[in-house]
Amino acid sequence: MHKTLRPIVLLGVTSVALALAACAPPGGSAAPSASAAPNGGEAATCGDEDVVLKGYFETGFPLPSALAEEFTRQYPNVTFDIREDQFAIITQNAPRVLQDSPPDLMRLPQMSELATDGLLLDLDPYAEGFGWTDWPQSQLTQLRVDEEGRRGSGPLYAQGLNYSMTGVFFNKELAAQIGMDEAPATLEEFDAALQAAKDAGIVPIAQFNGGATGGLAFPLQGLMASYGDPAAINEWIFQQPGATIDTPENLAAAEHLQSWIDAGFFAEDINSMDYAQMMSRFIGGESLFMFNGDWESGNLDAQMAGNAGFFLVPPVEEGGQIGAMSAPLTFGVAAAAENPDCAAFFLDWTATNEDARALTVEVGGSHPMGPADAFMPAIEEGSTTDETLAAGSIMGEANGGMDFIANATGAIYAQSWTPNLQKMVAGEQTPAGLLESVQADYESQVGN
Amino acid sequence: MEGVRTAAAPVESSGAAALTDERLLLRRRRRRKAIRNLSAYGLVLPAAGFYVFFVVRPIVLSAQYSFYEWNGIGPATWVGITNYIEVFTNPKLVGAILNAFELILYFTVLPVAIALLAANLIRAIAASRLAGVARTVLFLPQVIPLVAAGIMWSWQLSTDGLVNQILRLLGLGGITRAWLGNFDTALPAVGVIGAWVLVGLCLVLILAGMTKIDPALYEAARIDGAGPVREFFTITLPGVRQEVAVCVTVTVIAALASFDIIYISTQGGPGDSTLVPGLQIFYLAFYEREIGTASAFAIVLMVLVLVVVVPLQRVLRGRES
Repeated sequence: MHKTLRPIVLLGVTSVALALAACAPPGGSAAPSASAAPNGGEAATCGDEDVVLKGYFETGFPLPSALAEEFTRQYPNVTFDIREDQFAIITQNAPRVLQDSPPDLMRLPQMSELATDGLLLDLDPYAEGFGWTDWPQSQLTQLRVDEEGRRGSGPLYAQGLNYSMTGVFFNKELAAQIGMDEAPATLEEFDAALQAAKDAGIVPIAQFNGGATGGLAFPLQGLMASYGDPAAINEWIFQQPGATIDTPENLAAAEHLQSWIDAGFFAEDINSMDYAQMMSRFIGGESLFMFNGDWESGNLDAQMAGNAGFFLVPPVEEGGQIGAMSAPLTFGVAAAAENPDCAAFFLDWTATNEDARALTVEVGGSHPMGPADAFMPAIEEGSTTDETLAAGSIMGEANGGMDFIANATGAIYAQSWTPNLQKMVAGEQTPAGLLESVQADYESQVGN
Repeated sequence: MEGVRTAAAPVESSGAAALTDERLLLRRRRRRKAIRNLSAYGLVLPAAGFYVFFVVRPIVLSAQYSFYEWNGIGPATWVGITNYIEVFTNPKLVGAILNAFELILYFTVLPVAIALLAANLIRAIAASRLAGVARTVLFLPQVIPLVAAGIMWSWQLSTDGLVNQILRLLGLGGITRAWLGNFDTALPAVGVIGAWVLVGLCLVLILAGMTKIDPALYEAARIDGAGPVREFFTITLPGVRQEVAVCVTVTVIAALASFDIIYISTQGGPGDSTLVPGLQIFYLAFYEREIGTASAFAIVLMVLVLVVVVPLQRVLRGRES
């Protein structure tokens, strides 16, 4: 009796489960609806009532929390409920968090898929209301997503807390040891400096390239901008039709990177080095150069005051084309956020309020968003922040800003750039193979 | 039950009245039994409910998702077995499966062998205090969270870590490297972390098995002139066969379904040299947002584990099972 019953009960239970699951395809068809209608063309405010803004920020970056604190000081009726996670975790969680517990303000990873899934609020009405449309539009281009998920045009789905830029930091004391008293003006001079460092027994570059984050993408993209047109790279990142990363110019850049690897300019263990190790080695004076972003300027000013310089990856020939990865510190508002008006007001405030702009420069180390002629705080001359801001204006004049090649799709960084760059270090991938492989992965991911 | 029925059915009783009585009795007994059964099922039901909801349902749902192309948010499209074809034809995914099989060497063969050896030594010195210390030391990794083990080992295996420092001390500076950052050594290095963690579990299981072996057997063997090696192969090894079977099963599953140690120490890198199915499923689901392929891979992994473990169980447990 028992023995015959057991499978029947099991069968019954399993079929109930099956029935529960298999009756409909997974997933919905409707995007989450906004719980509060966004304020139309008029400038939104936080009102006088008590408001709790739900924030989802990135661990390790003190700027958003510092801005939130200052905002509460100026608008005591607004308080923040902040949750923090590492960027990789935010990347994994973004769709579900935006869907299930929509924050008012969220640090976003690559956002085109989030926008096409209807998870992000269209900020265009606020852009009109606050006059963001009068800012230099290059600041906002990267934050627009069209219906096809291509970036660069379409509605505004996010706003930046600032816009950051990458280049090369160098240790001034070590540079003096090899007789480098000013930033190299050409790639040839840069190569010579790297060789001189190596000959002097100094590790030329300690660049992170371990785990799922390939830091060699930083020098590679810098070289790409020296060899080719940054706009073409942006087109690829923005998924414009027919765009390819596999071009002769990019191949020249990848080959240049390969020559650095072959010459032993990178620390031996870069394939197991993470970002934190790179920072501690650079700050500890263990390497001459580091490819990184101006978000570390404030940190470097505090940790190695007066000893860290900055320059953009030099052009092939003096006065030639330069460019740099320059992206806004992207923050979005969930489509179903409870306080979209107040969130948008906060975003506008970070770009227009003098105290907020000062915080952005001093704490964040990067250029604030906003009108070209807006207030800028006084910066100590010769500081790292001073140098990165100066490089930022050179880059702006050269119109060399581009988004990060790792942001082309949600998975291209961890699944394509990183493994291929690690293979290049190990001699298991060629520069041509790298571009070919990344382009193939890109096409399969964009095609989805 | 038989006894009760016989006692309650008197042989000499006959006639309609007696028959009705018997039927009534039988019916009452059946009812009582049914109630007993029902209450038994009632007691099992909450646990079974949890099991179905948290174990069976996710498996069924994964099986369902594996037939769809779905990003986890929007509408899903039925794609049949396309996701399964992807799992078996994409070199990256196949590579992950092969890596998992290579890990069996480190997660299973190494710990079981070390545990057998250590258990045998500990048994030999059972009376001394050293045996207790050895047991504790070898079991310790088992109580450390795998994430902590991963972090600790990634420090020790780094360029300036303990492992390379020791090698330099021994005059082997030439072979030092970033063990987790090298294409040739990353998988073995992660394997060593796994072996280090799993030795304790195997040791405790095998030691427990050894206590069941009759000491008279060893005595008899010794009288027959057997040495320690002969003793080990003739008495100890067959005696702990069941325990070894459990060890192998658990560690093979740990190898094939590994995730945490690798996620912490290498995240699948460098390149794809330490990519394993568990990690790839995570990347597919949360980075590439391909819930369908991730689910198909998860189902394939589950079947793979069963295909490896079930025959292993048969072979290792032998006739006793």
